[in-house]
Amino acid sequence: MPEGTLCNRKPIQTEADLKRLLSDTGGKEYYRQMKELDIDSDALWNTIQKTCKSRIRTWLEICAHCGMCADSCFIYLVNDRDPTQVPAYKIQSTLGEVIKRKGRVNNAFMHMAMETAWAKCTCCNRCGMYCPHGIDMGVMFGYLRGLLYSQGFVPWELKIGAGMHRVYRAQMDVTEEDWVETCEWMVSENEEELPGLSIPVDKENADILYTVNAREVKHYPEDLAEAAILFHIAGENWTVTSKGWEQTSLAMFAGDWEACKLQVNGVYDAMERLKPKRMIGTECGHAHRATVVEGPYWAGRKDGLPPVKCMHYVEWVAEALRTGKLKIDPAKRIKEPVTIQDSCNYIRNHGLKDITREIVSYIVEPGYFVDMTPNREHNYCCGGGGGFNGISLYRHQRNRALMTKRDQIMSTGASLVIAPCHNCWDAIRDLEEEYKIGIRWSFLKPLLIKMVEIPEHLLPTE
Amino acid sequence: MYEMLTGPFFWISMLVFWIGLLVRAILYIRGLDWQLDRVAYRAHPKIGAKFALRSIGFWLLPFGTQGWKKQPYMTVAFFLFHVGAVLVPLFLIAHNIFLENKIGFSLFTMDQGVADFLTWAVILGTILLILRRIALPEVRILTTAYDYMILVISVAPFITGLIARYHIGDYHFWLMVHIFCGELLLILTPFTKLSHIILFFMSRAQLGMDYGIKRGGMKGEGMAW
Repeated sequence: MPEGTLCNRKPIQTEADLKRLLSDTGGKEYYRQMKELDIDSDALWNTIQKTCKSRIRTWLEICAHCGMCADSCFIYLVNDRDPTQVPAYKIQSTLGEVIKRKGRVNNAFMHMAMETAWAKCTCCNRCGMYCPHGIDMGVMFGYLRGLLYSQGFVPWELKIGAGMHRVYRAQMDVTEEDWVETCEWMVSENEEELPGLSIPVDKENADILYTVNAREVKHYPEDLAEAAILFHIAGENWTVTSKGWEQTSLAMFAGDWEACKLQVNGVYDAMERLKPKRMIGTECGHAHRATVVEGPYWAGRKDGLPPVKCMHYVEWVAEALRTGKLKIDPAKRIKEPVTIQDSCNYIRNHGLKDITREIVSYIVEPGYFVDMTPNREHNYCCGGGGGFNGISLYRHQRNRALMTKRDQIMSTGASLVIAPCHNCWDAIRDLEEEYKIGIRWSFLKPLLIKMVEIPEHLLPTE
Repeated sequence: MYEMLTGPFFWISMLVFWIGLLVRAILYIRGLDWQLDRVAYRAHPKIGAKFALRSIGFWLLPFGTQGWKKQPYMTVAFFLFHVGAVLVPLFLIAHNIFLENKIGFSLFTMDQGVADFLTWAVILGTILLILRRIALPEVRILTTAYDYMILVISVAPFITGLIARYHIGDYHFWLMVHIFCGELLLILTPFTKLSHIILFFMSRAQLGMDYGIKRGGMKGEGMAW
């Protein structure tokens, strides 16, 4: 059968398309149509020939089948060492096969490949660190996702997510007006306690351009208020932008490279229009990866760098605490067993491992911090990365994957987990809901708000 | 027969091996694409080179990386095999006498006792690698007949070399088999997984540059392989 009305090879282009797909609750009809979706083998093979170059071809060719990647993969470990979960097997039996068969694969194969790409790999890139040849299977799964997306084989939520970016330039249906109004609302909610608090919109030449995750705007705007309060206390000259304010990219999880480019170009345009000294993004891992680490390449920037210097929120917090812009009341430091979640997207994949520990040294009473094992660039994924959290079709597999982080947290004995990443935060919330191990979890902002000293001149006069 | 193997076949195998590997290296580099790979190779040569060398260097050290440390059996088997497999063919006295006579050029040579030891290590390493392939489910699922063929092709020159070296059976016969196996290995290298002789360095350098240039190298916190 040719393409379906909901499940097809065309990306979402209009709000009407998006609403139609959204109204198909749980993607029932979408997945039914997927069962009958044909593969355009010529287009698939054509794309592979154009985009699969020596790096990936060499990886697939020289893989020594040594299996050293097996133990590096938390999904393999947590599934009782199921051999079909060995990273090399997973990629050879999907991407390797598509190439071997020159794109001549059938519908059942594409279903298997889709499940492998989104439910057996979170693109955490840990395996690449354990392969003697330096074969990064996370990178290859990212590539495979792109091929699958181009053929219409993508989980329902991620087809919607990529469509959101195409229609709203945000991962959710938050318009420019919604965003600016939320900023104003958050100021009015808090200015009584902090006179002079503001969220400057579209201010040129500020020191900081702050970008966010649309979920904060839609579901927990207090995060935005907290960011504003902390910038205010720190005395920063900052701004947000009315256009290009969203830093995340579900399009990256979906493998919709065209939407990735559209999304990141919007943010870069804001940087070029407002000319801030630097951009700071919220506590989100994949948003940082998309906008700061991968984005320059989608946008075609030859130096591999965004238009202005970009920092993750943890870098700003560490700097503000180091330089004394934010002062912590020593009496209010964390005095309970606490651990920190290393987000793959900015720890393993952007080298910020020491920065988060520096923050811990300022906000946790000595003796209360316990690191997970393994940690830093060797840490395991939270269990919900790469879009895994959001895909209802694979909820069962995701819940199993959460057991790794559950056990890592439990063996630290921590009652509080600091999780400066939206995906990790969600995964840890869900693992507590699922397994009830009696922990709390938090972003940095609410913790900082509770312990930061407010300079007297910022307090309301009697 | 001996004249054939040490004459035209010697030259053919040498040319195929060296030119073949050179071509593989050139094709690899030419096939890199900064935008598709998402690594700005040219824009940051210094940090790229530093991380490329680190990425290669740590993995050449036994127990030099987390990967090696986690898998001591594999590390021992791997290095037993590879140290001899690389050093013995290059620095064996007999090979260098042959080279000196053939082209008037030879390399540094190693003590015969050391060469014997390293050759036995290659054979022991091969046995350990084969046992690992059979015993571990996570390796078995990946293993194909091709993987065993590569091991056999690689170890054959060492086994036949030892037989000739200890004069077991007909020395002249085993010497010819040894030379044949060695030349076969050289000829097959560029066209099989044995191309990893050069592509290992390429692939490791690439991932090193990826981490150096893009994935945090410029944050100055280093990267623990």
